[in-house]
Amino acid sequence: MALQSGEKSPMLIGSIWSKPRSRWTLLGLRLLAFLAAAAATLVMALNKQTKTFVVATIGTTPLKLSLTAKFNHTPAFVFFVIANGLVSIHNLVMIMLDLLGGNFDYKGFRFPMVAILDMLNVALVSGGANAAAFMAELGKNGNSHARWDKICDKFGEYCDRGGGALIASFLALAFMLLISFISILKLVNASPHHSISPNNNQP
Amino acid sequence: MAETKRIFTFLLRFMAFCTTLSAAIVMASSRERTSVLALSIEAKYSDSPAFKYFVIVNAIVSIYGFLLLFLPSKTQLWRLVVALDAVLTMLLTSSISAALAIAYVGKEGNPNAGWLPICDQVRKYCNQVTGALIVGFISLILYLLLFLYSIHTALNPLLLEKS
Repeated sequence: MALQSGEKSPMLIGSIWSKPRSRWTLLGLRLLAFLAAAAATLVMALNKQTKTFVVATIGTTPLKLSLTAKFNHTPAFVFFVIANGLVSIHNLVMIMLDLLGGNFDYKGFRFPMVAILDMLNVALVSGGANAAAFMAELGKNGNSHARWDKICDKFGEYCDRGGGALIASFLALAFMLLISFISILKLVNASPHHSISPNNNQP
Repeated sequence: MAETKRIFTFLLRFMAFCTTLSAAIVMASSRERTSVLALSIEAKYSDSPAFKYFVIVNAIVSIYGFLLLFLPSKTQLWRLVVALDAVLTMLLTSSISAALAIAYVGKEGNPNAGWLPICDQVRKYCNQVTGALIVGFISLILYLLLFLYSIHTALNPLLLEKS
């Protein structure tokens, strides 16, 4: 069988991902992404630190002011919590569908919907993680030009926990990218006459 | 039919290139010097790392878009374009989201952290940054459409073409 030079490797990659082993790989990756996104959501949502400062001294009694740092003071962190929550719900639903939805009739829409939803969730978690990353950098270093003081020297634990949530969210982003790539490959492989041929390449 | 598709795609790519280029230029040229209480303040885009990231990402994407306008239509490289479109759309998403977060703090401040809004003092700078963000959002939508279209054309997954 004479194969053209460009056609052999995509077909081989496509056929690897039709074996049942790929199902467990995808499921394992989804579980990891769900755990990472859920960890990021929970750690950031429960992130709170209260500190009392002495602002003045009247006579012998010091005036104390109690300040709290919570995640919902910053809109970027609120978006971070919502985005990671949605991504973990999406992965949970996909895991459930894969394990328990054996006889469900998708009417041919399964592979396109999964691929599109995975791409949407990659964009969502990427937006949330990046906005929170830059806000965290602002809180850590301040901005001398705008006269915004850094807050991490006063609220160290809040900053540390926020950093941990950010790391978990970036891990979830990496896993979601892999999952999205695999879903697109499955979609390409599943269509009966997928045309990876040279003369269909031009847009 | 193929001819109109090609012209339409070329126009879309040209518009995407124009919007990313203008977003980078408008953000990079936003600069204002005012004096508040006998102190001279200068606001530039490079004061904030999020805005620098925005400019760099839009510059990279506009160079990519410019090179893509000259790609001949029948090469095998269009499959690589699918992957590159995916990566660059993700980069655009992240840069817009980061710049929006910082611009929001600049406009509304954050009273819990003691950060005052700066838009009242440097109004022209703020308006220019807002304009750059709007143009960047439009370029994100265009690149999303281009990415979906290049998946559909190069990989034909939804069986919408009868071959």
